Amino acid sequence: MTLTEKISDFMEKRRPILEDWKHTFFLWRRTKLAIIGTVIVIVFVLVAIIGPFFIPYDPLSQNMAERLQPPSLKHFFGTDQFGRDIFSRVVSGSMIEVEIIIIVSIISGGIGLILGVIAGYFGGAIDEILMRATDMFLAFPSLILAMAFAAMLGPSLINTIIAISLVGWTVFARLARAEAMKVKNQPYIEAIRALGASRTRIISIHVTPMCVSPVLVQLTLRMGTVILTAASLGFLGLGVRPPLPEWGAMVSDGRSFLLDQWWISTFPGIAIAIVVLGFNLLGDGLRDIMDPRLRR
Amino acid sequence: MKLGSYILKRSLLMLLVMFGVLAIVFAIVHVIPADPVGALLGGNAPPDVVERMKEQLGLNKPLFDQFVDYVWGVIHGNLGNSIQSGRQVIQDIAEYFPVTLQLAIASIIISIFLGIFLGIFSAIYRNRWIDHFSRIFSILGVSMPVFWTGLILLLVFYYILGWLPGTGQLSLFVIPPEKITGMILVDSLLDGNWEAFWDGLRHLILPATVLGYAATASIARITRASMLDVLNQDYIRTAKAKGMPKRIVIYRHALKNALIPVITIIGLTFGGLLEGAVLTETVFGLPGLGRYIVNALLVLDYPAIMGGTLFIALVYSLVNLSVDLIYAVIDPRMRV
Amino acid sequence: MKDAILTVKNLKVVFHTYRGTVHALDRINFTVLKNERFGIIGETGCGKSVTSLAIMRLIEQPGEIVEGEIVFDGKDLVKTQESILNTIRGREISMIFQEPLSSLNPVMKVGFQIGESIAKIKNTSIKSCRQEVFEALKAVDLDPTRVSNLYPHELSGGMAQRIMIAMALSSNPKLLIADEPTSALDVTIQAQIMNLLDDLVSKMNNTVILITHDLGVAAQFCDKIMIMYAGTVVEQAKTEELFDNPLHPYTKGLLKAIPKVGNRDKLTGIPGSVPDLVNPPSGCRFHPRCPYAMKICSVEKPPLTEMNPGHLVACHLYGDKNG
Repeated sequence: MTLTEKISDFMEKRRPILEDWKHTFFLWRRTKLAIIGTVIVIVFVLVAIIGPFFIPYDPLSQNMAERLQPPSLKHFFGTDQFGRDIFSRVVSGSMIEVEIIIIVSIISGGIGLILGVIAGYFGGAIDEILMRATDMFLAFPSLILAMAFAAMLGPSLINTIIAISLVGWTVFARLARAEAMKVKNQPYIEAIRALGASRTRIISIHVTPMCVSPVLVQLTLRMGTVILTAASLGFLGLGVRPPLPEWGAMVSDGRSFLLDQWWISTFPGIAIAIVVLGFNLLGDGLRDIMDPRLRR
Repeated sequence: MKLGSYILKRSLLMLLVMFGVLAIVFAIVHVIPADPVGALLGGNAPPDVVERMKEQLGLNKPLFDQFVDYVWGVIHGNLGNSIQSGRQVIQDIAEYFPVTLQLAIASIIISIFLGIFLGIFSAIYRNRWIDHFSRIFSILGVSMPVFWTGLILLLVFYYILGWLPGTGQLSLFVIPPEKITGMILVDSLLDGNWEAFWDGLRHLILPATVLGYAATASIARITRASMLDVLNQDYIRTAKAKGMPKRIVIYRHALKNALIPVITIIGLTFGGLLEGAVLTETVFGLPGLGRYIVNALLVLDYPAIMGGTLFIALVYSLVNLSVDLIYAVIDPRMRV
Repeated sequence: MKDAILTVKNLKVVFHTYRGTVHALDRINFTVLKNERFGIIGETGCGKSVTSLAIMRLIEQPGEIVEGEIVFDGKDLVKTQESILNTIRGREISMIFQEPLSSLNPVMKVGFQIGESIAKIKNTSIKSCRQEVFEALKAVDLDPTRVSNLYPHELSGGMAQRIMIAMALSSNPKLLIADEPTSALDVTIQAQIMNLLDDLVSKMNNTVILITHDLGVAAQFCDKIMIMYAGTVVEQAKTEELFDNPLHPYTKGLLKAIPKVGNRDKLTGIPGSVPDLVNPPSGCRFHPRCPYAMKICSVEKPPLTEMNPGHLVACHLYGDKNG
């Protein structure tokens, strides 16, 4: 077989998948909101990565001579009560939010995936215990449980991440479980088992990868919520502590100056709103694209 | 008969879940290394004072015994005494919860109306600018942090425009109604105290709007999806083929079917409201259960933390349970 | 010659999908005469149902009527306003659908749904139509007091279709469109429903368009039959004429594919499958499957021409007559 033949053969075999991708892409392009969301998220990540190299001031150093300055060309978003440049703080704060999103996604997605796959694959008592455990976690409004974890662990960036992850894993566990139950009954798993593959091998190589994509989609859908939760903890004084430029804590900082120095709270708040809006628009579009009822 | 056994099954399951919830709450407070006595007495308290305090609070017993004690207490309606207020936690909850409940009810009314309205419009004008606008509008609500929206609205409507009152439940010089339910609006109605009713209502507008708007998106989304689904059904085509005008097709034939799945989301939305209440109450200075829990967390008043969290989880679970039951009753297909 | 009640001219309907534009109806023409029973036959996806929905003007996004006329009773429905269409739908043209159970609203009682139709025509309240609802149910052999209080999920398919018929005929429409009224039902029920329809229509003298893929049903019920293939009309004739003397290769193929009692010969299907209407075959849409295909067939679309009186066919095999 020549290379071109091989390629065309390869493409031919994967035609249904390609068609599906094409369809998904078509729907994405038609979903204007998803495009707007994608653009916002990309800009946000870019700002977080390269922004810190371009900020005009050190986000942490205080300058009492320039405290409480209104927005101007010198300080785009003004300065706070310690004379710190709010624009620089908002930009460098985006890295903190990105960190929180990534680590929370890895931890809660990872725990959820592993527990979910195990429960779904083995079923029986293990499954029952896991499902009841998720029921118990889901009986709390999630912010309230995260608040309790964060407060008891003590307020800090790392504890914020741990608290949000501990609360969030249940959804992913349920998804992975459902997917694992579907996969394990497929004939090809039966065939692999008949060939004598070990359980660990089947679970790790054949079942788990199939459960990753729904978990990934759900992780994307929840990133906006993660930022909001982190910001809420910061605002309540149970999360990331000053002087770190976490956006929620910054809004809280400006509260007592709201009347005369509105900019201290306003700009970090706008930053949260825009970024979360981006994630939510993307998520909303994704849901539309995935919804079989709307997939026409 | 089938419905009866369904209710029984769900209630038993909920009892089990609540026991687990209790265990989680207990674990959070007792296993995680925070030092409530230290927080209470300050770092430099003499050891014998610390010991006495621990004994007083029962913290010197083995963990398992403490848990059994606590469960025993909860079963008898005793959540312990708040370290901060010195009162029974259950009394505190009885005082603070009605404020949260009133806020939550007002908010959910706003979000249901707004959400269903936006969802229907989105579905009817699918992929046109009305759809895009109403979706961005509702998603913006869930994207803006409620604590920030609250602050901005306070800034605009209280400080700058002066149209609405600021923080708190009532203005300083308004005579509060006699306490019956603990909800200002209900009490002032029962009392016939119109001044307090009007003042309380004006105080409720901003927090309820902030919280209701934040909860709108999920209701709008599910209404839209469900409406689109229903509009594609054969019986809608039948109604159109009968010559029913668009208005009747939508409101008589489609809406009732489309709203059935919306009911389930309202239960979930209520959880979001309880979370949002924590933040809204903090911003608007409302003496509700959310703020009570936050204060307890900040000073590690652990009986109050456990009691408050437990109670919130109970309320949330009860709401979800009743929503499921309503769903089972309302859909004629489930009534067989 | 009797008057035409419905004339469809050059009707073209497309659907915009992610794969491209689906050419569902490619300039079709036909005329239905007053009091006629007109059958439209074809395989799934040939455009029969699209035709019926187009007549009702119920083609919706992403579908679209791009050109053509649908003249009903002197009015071109393609150009008629929505508000006027609503006075025609259900009153002058009624429709019965394929899936009777899903065509009834699940949260409304049957009586209410029939009453709604009647009330609209008589311009009164639904409650005041109780008597008429009962009569309509009696006419389709159902027990009015019991059935009018049922929800659709409590009905069998046959009962549901009777109710659809009651609803459609309650206004005594000039034209009744029955879109595969029996294909979702059991065979025994099918016969009952067709007999019922036959009785009622004979009594009331309605014009009927029956859409079906079942040649047997059409042969028993219809005066005239039109065969459709991939969004085009290929042949149209009086029922006996069509069965005795089919002209189009596709029609011939269809007739050969019907099993006959006592005949042990092997059934012959038509080789190939229905074409993709995003990129329909050029010229005659049937040519890739046609055993008699000629060069011209892939180039030019054959026009619908009258071979014998009342017998129209669109095929190049009979090209000499086109002149």
